[in-house]
Amino acid sequence: MVKKIIKVTYIALALAFIYAPIILLTIYSFNLSDSIGIWSKNWGFGLYEQLFSDKSIMQTVLNTVVLALLASVCSTVLGTVGAIGTFYSGRRVKGALNALTQIPVINAEIVTAVSIALVCTMFSFGRTYASLLIGHIVLCFPFVYLSVLPKLKQLDGNLYEAALDLGASPTKALFKVILPEILPGIFSGFMLAITLSLDDYIVTTFTRPPTFDTISTYVFDAYAKGGKGSSVPALRALSTLIFVLMVIVLVIQNVSASRRAKKNENAR
Amino acid sequence: MEKEEKIIELIGVEKIFDGEQAVENMNLYVRKGEFITILGPSGCGKSTTLRMIAGFEMPTKGQILLNGKDITNVPPYERPINTVFQRYALFPHLNVYDNIAFGLKLKKFKNTYKTANGKTVTKIEKMSKEEIDAKVSRVLKLVDLEEFEKRDVTTLSGGQQQRIAIARAIVNEPEILLLDEPLGALDLKMRKDMQLELKEMHQKLGITFIYVTHDQEEALTMSDTIVVMKDGTIQQIGTPKDIYNEPKNAFVADFIGESNIFSGTMVGNKKVRFINKVFDCVDDFPLNEKVDVVVRPEDVFLVDEGKGQVDGVITSSIFKGVHYEMTFVVGKTEIVIQDTMERKTGERCSVIVKPDDIHIMAKEFDCNRYDGYITKKNTVCFADGEFECDVTRLYEGSHLDEEGYLITADGEKIDLTDTDVSVEVGLKDIDIIDNDVDGDACGTIIQIVYKGDHYQVIIRTDDEEEDFVVDTEYTWNENDRVSVKIPADKIKLKLKAVSK
Amino acid sequence: MKALKFSRKNLGIPYAAFIAMFVVLPLLLIVLYAFTVEPRELVTNDVSEFVFSFDNFTAFFGSSANIRAIYISFGLAIITTVICLVVAYPIAYILARSRLKFKNVILMLFILPMWINFVLRTAAMKELLFKIGMYSSNKLSMVNTVIGMVYDYLPFTILPLYTVLIKLDKNMLEASADLGATGFQTFFKVIVPLSAPGIVSAITMVLLPTTTSYVVSDTLGNGNVTIIGKLIEDQFSTMFDWHAGSAIAMILLVLIFITMFITRKFSDEEVNTRGGGLW
Repeated sequence: MVKKIIKVTYIALALAFIYAPIILLTIYSFNLSDSIGIWSKNWGFGLYEQLFSDKSIMQTVLNTVVLALLASVCSTVLGTVGAIGTFYSGRRVKGALNALTQIPVINAEIVTAVSIALVCTMFSFGRTYASLLIGHIVLCFPFVYLSVLPKLKQLDGNLYEAALDLGASPTKALFKVILPEILPGIFSGFMLAITLSLDDYIVTTFTRPPTFDTISTYVFDAYAKGGKGSSVPALRALSTLIFVLMVIVLVIQNVSASRRAKKNENAR
Repeated sequence: MEKEEKIIELIGVEKIFDGEQAVENMNLYVRKGEFITILGPSGCGKSTTLRMIAGFEMPTKGQILLNGKDITNVPPYERPINTVFQRYALFPHLNVYDNIAFGLKLKKFKNTYKTANGKTVTKIEKMSKEEIDAKVSRVLKLVDLEEFEKRDVTTLSGGQQQRIAIARAIVNEPEILLLDEPLGALDLKMRKDMQLELKEMHQKLGITFIYVTHDQEEALTMSDTIVVMKDGTIQQIGTPKDIYNEPKNAFVADFIGESNIFSGTMVGNKKVRFINKVFDCVDDFPLNEKVDVVVRPEDVFLVDEGKGQVDGVITSSIFKGVHYEMTFVVGKTEIVIQDTMERKTGERCSVIVKPDDIHIMAKEFDCNRYDGYITKKNTVCFADGEFECDVTRLYEGSHLDEEGYLITADGEKIDLTDTDVSVEVGLKDIDIIDNDVDGDACGTIIQIVYKGDHYQVIIRTDDEEEDFVVDTEYTWNENDRVSVKIPADKIKLKLKAVSK
Repeated sequence: MKALKFSRKNLGIPYAAFIAMFVVLPLLLIVLYAFTVEPRELVTNDVSEFVFSFDNFTAFFGSSANIRAIYISFGLAIITTVICLVVAYPIAYILARSRLKFKNVILMLFILPMWINFVLRTAAMKELLFKIGMYSSNKLSMVNTVIGMVYDYLPFTILPLYTVLIKLDKNMLEASADLGATGFQTFFKVIVPLSAPGIVSAITMVLLPTTTSYVVSDTLGNGNVTIIGKLIEDQFSTMFDWHAGSAIAMILLVLIFITMFITRKFSDEEVNTRGGGLW
């Protein structure tokens, strides 16, 4: 019994530590004070109104989402193509590409960031949207590759042959059999890519065009250079909204996953 | 055999994987409508052969003809051949209907129409939905799985998946159906049922089946023709009956059914000597030829001691349902016997083998083989002689101590006296001495054959009537009394598996 | 052969080309920049002007501020990693062994912050530290940074540990008890060694970003905490000396590959990929 109390207390404390800052932000997102330290008597949705009327923040949000979608679509295509190509290559090519794909994963983000900045300057397109996109693709594609590869390994090697045998050309067999089979891997790779791209600060800051901001860079500048608390109170509202959105997405995802699991169980 | 009858023909086909020969110079044809089985142990090249016919592998060398046309370089999706895979390879993301309709939906036809103004128009069309529906339900009926169309393939049992895999292949009306160990994943009873069903299906459909298996019973049950393969080469082609009754060599005999295989020597016109006894037989081989003798366990008859051809003792007897399987020992040789009458272990009795149950096969003779034993002096006795030899070769890294005991690499001390060994001596490694005293074993030359650039001499020893076959450049005469000497390092010794 | 294998294998070609362009070439450029200097004031990226030199390295190791940054980086990284492990292991263990109905929900709660923007989370921590008055004290800059790092990386530690612990065969624990081990002994002699892949993967997930990602130290360090990552950033963004920056990046690169080479032996592919099991 004592053991159980200790366990529950421990878990509760850890959760409190993890959620304290978020809850603080959420509470203060309804308080109009300039800084969190100071209570203001004005409560309400004022910060949310500020947030939605602030054009630069709205532009930043849009930038972030568009970039994340573009980068993850490109990474998904690249990673999937790469995983399939590599998986069916000879042993040496396979080993080499596998190892090279790991580089951006294990490398420090700052090194990846400056190296891409270097290569983009070398080809004299400098810091443009292209360099930013490339930076994000390099950041994300290995994770797509790594989530597609296990699906290919699980694939019955005869499926592709069976498709050819039944009259499908290699291209058709690829689209009608291999792709549908590895789709779950592609999807989770895509989601991972979106998460990584949304999360990124360092690569973005080294490859973005001078006036371009994502949520990460905007918030970083607002906080790191603001000296004390945030220089933009509306960001509290933004954080709260992002948090709520994430909770909703995850709940939906988990519920549908457990439903699928149940359905599979019943079918058996 | 008319030429038109051959639906598929392999000419000099060879396949090399990473420098390893999977299939060697294969020549094979399959007649239209035939149920042919390629049978062999795993790794014999049977699956590779099938995959080359399907088009998944390209032969390194040789040609594959379909109805007389070269299809060696035709990709699999353009061959009118369909495959049933070992683990079915059903598409898990498609349901039963879509799996079966997969091939049909991809098919394109050139249809020629006459328009109203008399022009002929050729259109490339796909099969209509109704047509596909009809074909799918017909084939589902054939495999007894009507109303399974909407089912998810992953929810089906192994047997059902197997049927869907067959349905998916035959719905395309292939000229040839390839089956790669399709029953391997099923349990025994299911397998037996499916064997009969496949056979029935073959008769109903009238298309050519090429079946690959390592299960000899399956092959015997279902096939019109069996091709036995080993190490990438064809050992024998024939009907199940031929293969069972007249195996061409010891491998086939051993692989198909159970058999006793003995080393023998022809000692007269249709007379063969094995297990130290001369038997009448029906096969005619040249005198003194070394042969393999195959006797099926059910062809050996047990009678009371002294009443048969050879006496011996029963050392084990196991009840197998329909019959007893007994081991009968003559000297050092074991004979497996199947009989419905039980003889108790330890019982002394005698056996009879009828001449037409003795199957004799030419032996590839490349070296002399004997059974021998090690003496106290660390020499080896075989074929009526005692020879110097290097016993340390029996155990890697071993050596002899001063007292003559063998010390193994691990430091273990072994007394080799009376150890049974098998002995191999090359044909060129035996020296013949023209008297019967100086050598280690003596005998009489019973045969000399000129082999182009050398003579092959057979020397028979006096007591045990073992033969030394020797390749020599010198001429000798028949009936010369000679003795033989073998250099110690040329005697290859191998420990016999100890049976205690 | 041509007709058959061509389609799938050839997909590797554009992939290999991309990797060559944007993974391999950039690293080679770092090496090139690291071993060269430009005689002029401003970096022009004109390769013909590059002069081979070890100056970047000698300059880097000659500066006491740089050496201090290295100490701080590794100190922070090790402290953060240890705290993360010590805090996360009991959480993962309790959750993995518990038969609670809500254990999946609780696990989800622990790793949910992984999806929230990293910079935002750090900012939220700054607000909290500010609110409770810790931020204002310069003496506490280091402590604040550690708190921020632990806060940010705790979910990344819990997940791999949980993944290995949940896979642990219960029979193994029973066998250990059967052989006479006490609960304590079983924990240290059976459970901990068996969860080694998770521990290693957790370490690699925390150790590297804490040495290099300057987001936390910049936001929470109040200008008092400089780590290696920040040094690189300074060279590139403030000093505009790309050669010196590349030299530091190259040193880091070498360190990373050495660490990887060592930890690769212990790692378990399934647990290892960052965010593996996230989606």
